This record gives sequence, C-alpha cells and structure tokens, in this order.
Amino acid sequence: MINQIYQLTEPKVFSVKYEDLSFGDKVIVRPEYMAVCHADQRYYLGRRSAQALRKKLPMALIHECFGRIVYDPEGKLQPGQGVVLIPNIPERTDGPIYENYAEGSYFLSSGYDGFMQEMVTMRADRVVPCTGVQPQIAAITEFVSVAVHAATRFDRVAHEVRERIGIWGDGSLAYVLANVLTALFPHCKITVIGHQERKLAQFSFVDQTIHAGDIPENFRVDHAFECCGGDGSYYAIQDIIRYIRPQGTVMLMGVTENEVPINTRMVLEKGMTVVGCSRSGRADFLKAISLMQEPHFQNRLKLVVYEDAPVRSVGDIHRVFRNDAAAVFKTVFKWEV
Amino acid sequence: MIFAAVLAGGSGKRMHTADMPKQFLPLGERPVIIHTLEKFLTCSRFEKVYVGMHPDWVDYMRDLVQRYVPGFADRICVVPGGSDRNGTIFNIIHSIEETYGQSDEHVIVTHDAVRPFVTIRMIEENIDAVLRCGAVDTVVPAVDTIVVSEDGKVISQIPNRAQMYQGQTPQSFRISLLKELYASLSEEEKEILTDACKICVVRDYPVQLVQGADTNLKITTPGDYKIAQAMVGGKIGD
Repeated sequence: MINQIYQLTEPKVFSVKYEDLSFGDKVIVRPEYMAVCHADQRYYLGRRSAQALRKKLPMALIHECFGRIVYDPEGKLQPGQGVVLIPNIPERTDGPIYENYAEGSYFLSSGYDGFMQEMVTMRADRVVPCTGVQPQIAAITEFVSVAVHAATRFDRVAHEVRERIGIWGDGSLAYVLANVLTALFPHCKITVIGHQERKLAQFSFVDQTIHAGDIPENFRVDHAFECCGGDGSYYAIQDIIRYIRPQGTVMLMGVTENEVPINTRMVLEKGMTVVGCSRSGRADFLKAISLMQEPHFQNRLKLVVYEDAPVRSVGDIHRVFRNDAAAVFKTVFKWEV
Repeated sequence: MIFAAVLAGGSGKRMHTADMPKQFLPLGERPVIIHTLEKFLTCSRFEKVYVGMHPDWVDYMRDLVQRYVPGFADRICVVPGGSDRNGTIFNIIHSIEETYGQSDEHVIVTHDAVRPFVTIRMIEENIDAVLRCGAVDTVVPAVDTIVVSEDGKVISQIPNRAQMYQGQTPQSFRISLLKELYASLSEEEKEILTDACKICVVRDYPVQLVQGADTNLKITTPGDYKIAQAMVGGKIGD
C-alpha cells in the first residue's frame, strides 16, 4: 500500500513522501496519539547547527507514540491492540552496555524517519503492548521510560545513602522524573529546584520545592539529577556541585547544544560521580508502563499533558508545534492523517 | 456489519494499455489495485473486503491476491462486476446478502481501485459518517472555476466556486437505503446516474461530505499514471 510520511525538509517546512509498504516480516502500527519532545521542537524551529540540519533532514519527527496494531506477521499482537513504540533501534547488544548506548544503534526522528507517518513498520521487539493507560497518556511512555532509565542507572551507581535527592529543573522531564523517583524510592526525600513558581507548584507530591535563587546556604543533597538542559545546564551543574555531599552522584539528563564548563576541581575534591543519561530501552518501557498503570501515577501525569486538537493535515502539524512552543509542559495530539 | 467494496469494473480504454486494465499497472513494484486493497485490509472494522472485477479478469485478480496478499485471502472476496459502476456495486451487495443475509445494519464503503492514495483517515471517516447518516461522499473543494455549458459552445452558467466540490471516493451507503432508493428510480433516472451518490441525491436523501485530498488521485489517463509513479518514485514511461 502507499504510506504517507510527513517529513520535515527544512525548519518549518513539511513535505509528504509516499512510500510503498507491504505486509512483510515487520509489525505495522497505526499511530493514534503522539507527543512532542524538545528535540522535535529544536528541529522544527531550526535550533540545531546548520551541519546537523543538513545531515539529518529530511526526516519525519516525533519519537513518542501510542498506536494500534494493524498487522503482526507472527500473529502475537492482535489488530487494534494498543502498543507503544521504542524509537531506539539497536543493531546488536554488547554485554553490559545498555541498548540505548550500543554502538550501531540508531534513533527514529534523529536522522531516520520518526513516527509522523500514516503507518509505521517496526521490528517486533520494538513494539510494546500497552494496556491500562489512557492513550493520551500512553503517548508519553517513551518520555517516562527515559526517567525510568535514569532512575535505574542511578540505583546501580549511587552509594546507598539516599536521604535527600535533588532534581534541578521544573519542566516536564523534572516532573516525570520526580514521579518516577517517588514511586521507585519512596523513602527518599525529593527536593525540586527551579526558576518558575507556577511550574514548581505542580510538584505537590515531593518533599520540598526551592526557587533556584533562594537556595539556603546549608542546603545539601546526597545525589542530584540535572533536568534543565539548554542554557540552564551550566547554572544547574554549578549549583549541584556546590550543594551535593561528598561522593554524591549526579545524573545529567538535560540536552544542551552548548559546551558547558564544569568546575572539575570541586568534582574531584568531592569525589563525585557524574553519569550521562539519554534515551531508554525495552526494559525501561516495560517498567514505565507498569508504573503508569498505577492510577495515582497516571493521574499525576495527566496534570502536565495538554491535548491539542487532532492533526489531519500539514497545517495542523504547524499548529501543534506553534502551540507546543508556548506550552508549559507536554503536548500530545491525536494523529488522524 | 461493515463491508468494503473496491470497484474495478473498467477495461482501461482511456489509457494506452489496450490489454491491461489500468488497475493492474505497476505502481512502484506492485499493481495499483494491490496498493488500494492493502489500505482497506489495514482497517479491521471491515468484515470483508469485496473486489468487483470485470468478469474477464476475475481469475487474474484472484491470482494477484494469492501472490501479493496470501495471508489475507480469507478476508477478500472477488466478484464479477456489472455492466456499469452501479451494476458492480449491486453485484457486490447481492454477494454480501447471500453470505450475511439482509440487514439494516449492513453498510458498504465503495472505492475506486484506481485511487491507491486513499488514506486511513478517509476510510475511517467514511465508516463513522455512514454509520451515523446512511450516505457519504468524499470530496475536495473545487480549485478551478466550474463552467456550465449546455450546448458545448458557449457558457450558460458559472456557479459560485465556494459551493463547488469535486467528487472522489470512498462513497459509503447503508445497503438497505441504497437498495430502496435505487428501486424507486425510473429507467430514465437510472440512465443519468454517473455515480452511486446520485441515487441518493435524485431522491433528496442527504449525503454527508467527508474531506478528500488532492493526492487521492484517480489514475485514469497516462498523465495521471506518470504523476502517480513520480509520487512513489517508480519508473515513468509512456
């Protein structure tokens, strides 16, 4: 059949590519709900280097998606069954290396077509059944899985004193991570440090929120997660180094296009562990879904998900990206092309 | 129950293909009709996908099903077409009722085999609208000014373009409604029917509109075929 692929050809320009798609050895999924990530927005607005844009475009954006099975060659998944899609495609697994860092892995919507397609073909192991989660919320499973991945790595790396964990950042990633940490480490006290009171007010379930300009001098955390990215990365990392206790672990999760100077003298002095975290794998998706099936967890996610009107045309895609640029948290939308 | 009817009764007279009806021409690597058929097979709401085929090509079509979509053979039923478009639709309806009986719940989504760029959205919206309203047409707003000439020599009327649309397919109907309206038509009225929606229009039954797309093109002429091939990156030849 003829499949439509909505590719970004240059910032703010979409073109529909038509491609032959047949019932073969891959699973076919009809996307139903999608969510916009900052990475998509950076491509859309052209806030990547000219070199990166030249190398990666044209391509379809979006790597967060809930869809329905159209066809499974092995018949394990039934037509109409709800699934979420893993955008990370590892070519091989390398022993202790997580699939999302494996050499040869590639990522849909980063140089390869993402999910803005009429139908998406996937390897069976990249398709995860998803029940008990509202489709609009299931659309952000990938986003939740990234937080799960960071929390899982943190659990393996950080020393066992975890009385207080600091999260620097007050956006969607910080919010989802705070939910995940609260669920996985219920005995840890969570402090969220951010700039916007309105956003900090959403974190009703954590132990404490602090405005970044008012951090008490005696404030200390055992470990920290950096969820700022962009220009905020520098200030967040600077703060973390200052307020973290000796041998604390800091998980870096925010993406920035800039090179960030780090006070390595203090990192050395405190014996800190700095861990980079990006993306996620199948195990993280499974854990994310099990967390999202819990009603309280799912309800909290609903507070930061804004559902835009359905997308039925290229004009609608522009509308979603415009609205998302002005949105405080996550934008999801129904895909009806 | 919801049924699809892919209509392929034509013999390709308007193409430069004396032997091969246009629905069998390759689009990319595979025949046009297979692309169309597969799009309907992706929709699990259809109980069965019927193909109304010119009687001479029924066996050929069955061979194509076995070659290209063997896993779906039990969801596809190829039936001989009639002398015209409506004749083909009613042959399919007859076949449906032979197997599934008559019911006011049965609806049919008809589509030209030579419109392979139909989208899932159009199909789903046709199903939703026909279940609600009984009769549906897929249209796009007219881009060109429509000119009426009664004698073919001078303009007799230029209708307001804002009210003009071009009809595409799918067209969808509640089967019992379509049969009832068709049976009420005189032979003269039947002769002026250029498409199935007109059966409803001449009896003042409201036909709901679903938004089509310029890309939902009908491959009728060699020019259309070249455009379609260019769209999918296939070979373009005369």
